[in-house]
Amino acid sequence: MKEPENKRIWSEYQKEIADDHFFYVRSCIRQSFFPGSEQFFLKMMREILGKDIYENPSHTTCTGIGYHTDIVPFETIMTVIARHFALMKEAGYRNIAISCVTSFGIYTEIIETWKHFPETLEKTREYLYKATGREFDVPENMAHTSDIVYKFRNEIAAKAKYRLVNRFTGEPLKVVEHIGCHYSKMFPKYGVGGAEFPKVLSGMIEAWGGQVIDYPERRHCCGFGFRQYIVQANRGYSLSNSVKKFESMKPYKPDFIITNCPGCNMFMDRWQYAMREMEGKTYGENGLSIPVLTYEEVAGLVLGINPWELGLQYHMVQSEPLLDKIGIEYNPSDKYLTKDGIRIPAPENLINIK
Amino acid sequence: MENIVVIGGGVSGLEAAGQLARMGYSVTVAEKNEKTGGNVKNWYHLFPDRRDSKEVIDYLNKLASHPDIKILTGKEITEISSRNGKFDIKSSDGTVLEADAVIVATGFELFDSRRKEEYGYGIYDNVITSADLEKMFRSGGVRLVNGKLPEKVGFIHCVGSRDEKVGNYYCSKLCCVTAVKQAIEIKEKIPGAEIFCFYMDMRMGGPYYEELYREAQEKYGITFIRGKVSEISVNINGKLVTKAEDTLAGRPLRMELDMVVLMVGTEMPEGNIKLAERSLLKCSENRFFKPVDNHYGSNLSGKKGIFYAGCCVAQMNITESISHARAAVSEVVNYLKNR
Repeated sequence: MKEPENKRIWSEYQKEIADDHFFYVRSCIRQSFFPGSEQFFLKMMREILGKDIYENPSHTTCTGIGYHTDIVPFETIMTVIARHFALMKEAGYRNIAISCVTSFGIYTEIIETWKHFPETLEKTREYLYKATGREFDVPENMAHTSDIVYKFRNEIAAKAKYRLVNRFTGEPLKVVEHIGCHYSKMFPKYGVGGAEFPKVLSGMIEAWGGQVIDYPERRHCCGFGFRQYIVQANRGYSLSNSVKKFESMKPYKPDFIITNCPGCNMFMDRWQYAMREMEGKTYGENGLSIPVLTYEEVAGLVLGINPWELGLQYHMVQSEPLLDKIGIEYNPSDKYLTKDGIRIPAPENLINIK
Repeated sequence: MENIVVIGGGVSGLEAAGQLARMGYSVTVAEKNEKTGGNVKNWYHLFPDRRDSKEVIDYLNKLASHPDIKILTGKEITEISSRNGKFDIKSSDGTVLEADAVIVATGFELFDSRRKEEYGYGIYDNVITSADLEKMFRSGGVRLVNGKLPEKVGFIHCVGSRDEKVGNYYCSKLCCVTAVKQAIEIKEKIPGAEIFCFYMDMRMGGPYYEELYREAQEKYGITFIRGKVSEISVNINGKLVTKAEDTLAGRPLRMELDMVVLMVGTEMPEGNIKLAERSLLKCSENRFFKPVDNHYGSNLSGKKGIFYAGCCVAQMNITESISHARAAVSEVVNYLKNR
């Protein structure tokens, strides 16, 4: 993109992100598929950035996946979200930190609905009170957890041990960023940088020394798309969307992909396995696949956190070639050791194994 | 001698000024730009007969070179107020013009294509507007940024028109036929080029427009695809990857183009909205000035002594703008004689 226009667009999509005191809500799938991301995010917030972030153990799923598959009605999901807001109010917090793009889309949709149709807000208050006796306030500030990492990207850069640079060539690593459809496509004003040229991940990559690739299918769905995958008969459609995206990014030779959304991360990672098995095709350089990392994992890597503590071994596409490129130190024999030092069996059929 | 101030020195403004001067009135034209001629001066050839716009500009300049017409350029009018049957017309430089009657002929401005970020104007090379293309025609050649001739060119209709997302529900009326004209012109200059027009509806409601549209298809082989473009991006070869839906074929479509021309719509200039607010003039839902009646009072502002001419009330082509300006003159004369 031409620089003056980049700056202009960026200046039109500024978003206020709270500085401290966050009420944290979890994703349904993130901690199952790559548990290190959540663990490290909370640790980074508390121990590295010195922020107050609170999680109430009795909060639930947002029911977003149920909503998008027509199982959960809108009135129900509004009440579930209202309950989260009630827990937040009871704990004395006003800033919500949402750790899943699907949830974030749900929260933005509900808050916008309440704004435009105030009677739905009143109905929701009534439903929640009748069901639980709870009352709630709409948050003063709503951020996706990546917004918060974006906000503190320069602080992270200042503490960084590594930069996103290829140590063999001295060139910035080429990075595909994928923000996920529900982050800002519905309501661009809630996303850092809007919907067309979002900055939330690219801002991190640039601050940490990498270079973002602008490829034709940059805004295309990862392939998850709820019904594309959840309805089993549609899974070919899910995969074909992913193929389209990977074909489009391949000529740019990306070093890795950074994702915003737990669902996108899983699909871009796991479908590379499926594409390799079905068609024998890989999309990285030298016959390798492209590592797909979460923004917390990338932040952890530049901060010098042990890759195995970040949970990189839980992805399908393994990251050792990338770690070598950056010059990150790791101990291969610790890869499948638990915190207690117990060796667990290595999963089979992983990709990019050295 | 009674003096009339005409705000705007485009087609309608100059036509109105010329006709008033011919009838013996003293006229002052206040033009906000450094040159008169409005949007037409930026165009190369005009639809439907493709005459050089200079001919129209020459006609207007000749008409406006009357000794009783004073033209003030670089003068943006900010407010009209009335006092004892006279009008004070304030400008941004602090000066005030006095008049017995006022014609508002402030026209339109082109939609800022950067607002449609998905089309990549200002972001990607070789995404240009219809106005940029006219400049290229005038300067002699249609070229890509790298100096080469484009082989595949796409025209996107309704950029900033009929678009709820940008708040413009209305049809800008002039762009469909402009696209047809420009597509033909490119084809004449680069016979080997493939040209695709992405449209919602082809609105050919003017004399010889439909004929031009037919000629574009039959004689020039221009392809018209009914469907809006959803986004444009650039691939590693610098080609513009254009995604659209072909609604007649009922399927999505993707093609690689060398150049994309955005058919920008018309908008009420922001300054005129402020002028309307300060002067207590009404605007329609489409933000253009609202006349008292769309059929027989389209020159009347609802405030005695203030009249409208041309595109400041609705989209008009040059023929209609000239007719509307002459009608405004008739209303002014009637007002001054009977006040």
